Amino acid sequence: MGEKVLLSGNEAIARGAYEAGFHFASAYPGTPSTEILETIAELYSDTIKCQWTPNEKVAVEVAIGAAFGGARSMSAMKHVGVNVAADPLFTLSETGVNGAFVLVSADDPGMHSSQNEQDNRRYAKFAKLVLIEPSDSQEAKDYVKFAAEISEKFDLPAILRIGTRICHSKSIVELGEREEIPIKEYIPDIQKRVVIPSHARILHKKLEERLKALKEFSSKVPINRIEEGDFTYNGKKIGILTSGISYQYAKEIFPNATILKLGMSWPFPDKLAKKFCDQVDEIWIIEENEPFLEEELKIASLGDKLTIGKNKIPLCNELNPGIIREAILGEVPELPTVDISKLPKRPPVLCPGCPHRGLFYIANKLKLHGTTDIGCYTLGVIPPLNQGETCICMGASIGIAHGLGVAQGKEFGKKVLAYIGDSTFIHSGLTGMTNLAYNKGNAVICLLDNSTTAMTGHQPHAGTGIDILGELTYKINYSEVADALGINRVYRTDAYNLEEIQDALKAATDTDEAAVIINEGRCILLDWRELDIVPFQVDQEKCTACEICIKVGCPAISKDPETGKAIIDEMLCAGNHCTICQQVCPFDAINPVRPIVEQAGKNS
Amino acid sequence: MKDAFSVFITGVGGQGIILASELLSEVSLKAGFDVKKSEVHGMAQRGGSVVSTVRFGDKIHSPLISPGEADVVLAFEPLEALRTLHFSKPSGKVVVNSRPVMPATVASGMATYPKDVFEQIKKVVPDVVVVDGMALAKEAGTVRAVNVVLLGALSNYLPFKQETWEEVIKERIPPKYLDANLRAFNNGRNVINV
Repeated sequence: MGEKVLLSGNEAIARGAYEAGFHFASAYPGTPSTEILETIAELYSDTIKCQWTPNEKVAVEVAIGAAFGGARSMSAMKHVGVNVAADPLFTLSETGVNGAFVLVSADDPGMHSSQNEQDNRRYAKFAKLVLIEPSDSQEAKDYVKFAAEISEKFDLPAILRIGTRICHSKSIVELGEREEIPIKEYIPDIQKRVVIPSHARILHKKLEERLKALKEFSSKVPINRIEEGDFTYNGKKIGILTSGISYQYAKEIFPNATILKLGMSWPFPDKLAKKFCDQVDEIWIIEENEPFLEEELKIASLGDKLTIGKNKIPLCNELNPGIIREAILGEVPELPTVDISKLPKRPPVLCPGCPHRGLFYIANKLKLHGTTDIGCYTLGVIPPLNQGETCICMGASIGIAHGLGVAQGKEFGKKVLAYIGDSTFIHSGLTGMTNLAYNKGNAVICLLDNSTTAMTGHQPHAGTGIDILGELTYKINYSEVADALGINRVYRTDAYNLEEIQDALKAATDTDEAAVIINEGRCILLDWRELDIVPFQVDQEKCTACEICIKVGCPAISKDPETGKAIIDEMLCAGNHCTICQQVCPFDAINPVRPIVEQAGKNS
Repeated sequence: MKDAFSVFITGVGGQGIILASELLSEVSLKAGFDVKKSEVHGMAQRGGSVVSTVRFGDKIHSPLISPGEADVVLAFEPLEALRTLHFSKPSGKVVVNSRPVMPATVASGMATYPKDVFEQIKKVVPDVVVVDGMALAKEAGTVRAVNVVLLGALSNYLPFKQETWEEVIKERIPPKYLDANLRAFNNGRNVINV
């Protein structure tokens, strides 16, 4: 018996990669997947080489190279990251691997931290990958090994599909030892790995043969199993078909039901499903989001006994036992009632001292249009800053700003700001910037450079000069990049200097050519513990309750309900390291609580 | 213990909720139970509402708690207690920190913080314990241990020995802050025994 510990699904996958002898792992950070690579870097980097890559496509491409080169390889990403990486994936199933390739797709049912609710089980079928679905941390760890073995056995990439409630739930895991897997020999094979049409036509046929064999195999693997039970409903013996986290919810509500639990859900195990259907009177399918299993059951011509699927179980939002109980049994618990709709909302906000705040404040004041992107700065859309009129996907702010100008004309176009963070810019903004210059757009790219990937928990990237292990490496120079891509107007501003920002914004929006403002200020949380903070206070004598400082939208500033004057929460205030509220106050009412002793290295 | 015991933890990002649920889960494991916990990272932090769920028992399937299922709601902030009260069993218990944290919507004057929060809570779940977490943490020697004070208060309603709690706190809290955190835990535990 190995040691039993509590691990999140993400930690368990990292552990699984270690135990299964993986040699390489790559990722771009994205909630809820981020901790997989972080854990590998922290605990297993002696045996697993790892990289943060500029985006998911590159992550997958490097991992494909490593797999071709004989290493067991993994790439981890959030569900929308797979869209970015889709191009190589669709062809990798044709070429096959060598060393294992496992793609971890962390979906986000309920959209806790995402822009859409796509169900990436559909990718397995579309790109022809083996689909593996764990239902808790133990399985997350164990199935990594299974996925690697199956990837090598059938010469196919595997997709380990998890979701927020696997990634960020902790449950008990029994640890094992690492199995050392030798790196396989690399033998160049042009027919197999150069996908010119004449090769690809043959590869496609071979792929379909492998998938056929895999479908047979799917009915025999132990992770696809029938759990015998005697639960009946209205006199009918019920069989529940389920996978992933939904299995846990099904067990919670119907502990005695006959269950077909799929750990490998595509290719769908037709034969095992037939055996299961023959045992019961009615089939219920409990699955989150898309009717994936439901469609597979029907395609296998086994849908006759199906009575409950997406006709009852909601397709939108994540499930929980209560939702399923209500959908199937009509049971609604008697709940303590409070009218939640009347309570003040508490949305996430930009932190006190956030370097994005100043530029947003000025842009709001100048009444400019803004397209925003994926990151902390998406929160700029919340009042009172109101910055960002569109947000679609990583990097889209630039193309959309450009397109708005195309539609609305040059005069409109030059007043459109494209907000994009440093990490997002490297991920997908370079091509948008290239196009803006190449096709002579006149939008203004505001590159909000906070020297980190902040929203996902401060991962370094190619613009920080630091790698995943904290070692020094090459660093992108944004102004040289902009210059090289053909942008003539490049402004560098101090994110905490409102005057400088205002001058740059006015100049950049008053021209018919594209411009870039690189707004520099380290994420305040990066150095929070080392900062010698002198908080600010409001002189209640001088304050006229004009509310200008309220409009900077800082969580540390509030309105005294009695006097209407501003007050600052000293526990939250970043004071001398921010000074935005002090700069906007027309009455000189905001000042440090004690004299500031200059600290070296601020914003350097 | 046949049935699962469910603790719903709620509060504001940055209050130490994740560490609190971490400690509770470790104690459950050490006490020999199956345990699962769940929470959400990323967008939910940054000063927004945060919840974490912990369930322990002989065998736990769902890491999530459905409305009406929590045996205890442990609230780090009164408004957040109110917001998530429907997760409590009607016969459940609410342990709530007394100190409000103003949401940005209130600070900017767009909304008002509800008055009589505690009365509103009591109207729907009568069994409420209000804890001045900040005062008790200060008394213990660190304002950062409010989360451990609240765990101490919670511990009175859970089937774990004091030693198990202390063992886990010793494992997880850096030595520099250990004594203050142990005092904070006891302050929370004692305030309710009185």
